[in-house]
Amino acid sequence: MKIKVVRQILEWNENCHDELHKNFDDKKVLVINVMGSPGGGKTTFITRIIEVLRNEYKLGVIEGDLAGKIDAEKIAKMGIPVVQLNTEGACHIEAMSIKNIIPNFDLEDLDILIIENIGNLVCPAEFDIGEDLKIAMLSVPEGDDKVEKYPLMFSKADALIISKYDMKEYFDFDEERVINNTKAINKEATFFKVNSSNGEGIAEFLIWIRKYIKK
Amino acid sequence: MHEYPITLSIVRITEEELEKSKAKKVLEIKLVVGELTGLVPECIQSYFDIISKGTTVEGAILKIEKKSVNIKCNDCGFESLMKLSKNNCLSCGSSNLKLSGGKEYYIESMEVE
Repeated sequence: MKIKVVRQILEWNENCHDELHKNFDDKKVLVINVMGSPGGGKTTFITRIIEVLRNEYKLGVIEGDLAGKIDAEKIAKMGIPVVQLNTEGACHIEAMSIKNIIPNFDLEDLDILIIENIGNLVCPAEFDIGEDLKIAMLSVPEGDDKVEKYPLMFSKADALIISKYDMKEYFDFDEERVINNTKAINKEATFFKVNSSNGEGIAEFLIWIRKYIKK
Repeated sequence: MHEYPITLSIVRITEEELEKSKAKKVLEIKLVVGELTGLVPECIQSYFDIISKGTTVEGAILKIEKKSVNIKCNDCGFESLMKLSKNNCLSCGSSNLKLSGGKEYYIESMEVE
């Protein structure tokens, strides 16, 4: 006998994501999930946007890594509330991990929560973690074929940031290939070209992100 | 890479559904999985055999239906494989397209007795 099931395999995570998302919405906290490869420039980019946004908004950061506190210490030095989430080998962050960490923040006193996901182009894309926006980052040295090789993350991203853009002259990087392949699977994505080391392109990103701030 | 939590969820859901159905045994579990997702079918069966040991769904065979990545035209409704259409609709040439398949990730049905 055949019985119909039709239940999402990831339902445990999706239910928790919905609950978190509602909670963040009630408290008017904008939550940003930053995803990309290890070494792609996620932390440097985050510190750049913190430098500007901190003058107007209350920020918090969750730093996801397999081990260690290196990135969390960088953010803590800036005087921003930060919690290191160590996944102890797991390849992604799940909604439940965020739920467990949230009591460390005062949501009433927070405008923007930035979550730096585990450096990985594959697994984090499968798991919603209560966020409003997914930001995918691809650095020029990684190569222009990554959207074709790892399409899921790029298909779900609200914004794609091409980072280390100043490296473009040293690498054979076809930017049109990246943008066209992303557009083919994601009509809504907005694109930014950023060099976090000198701040080029950060202003354009900040104009975009301000539209989503809830307070 | 994250087959363990995925398989654990499959075991949990199918155990619940088996109990609801009042049947005794699950012979087959059908999953529908889009090509954009990172699920590796061969791994899932191996994990399932280990994780389901001693549960009511032990011994079930997983059948996985892969769904291709499709693009649908918002203007004329024409649907095609993404790799064929790229940036324009093959039927009307419109660039107003959306992804219509490839992200599926669910348990469709079970064969029980």
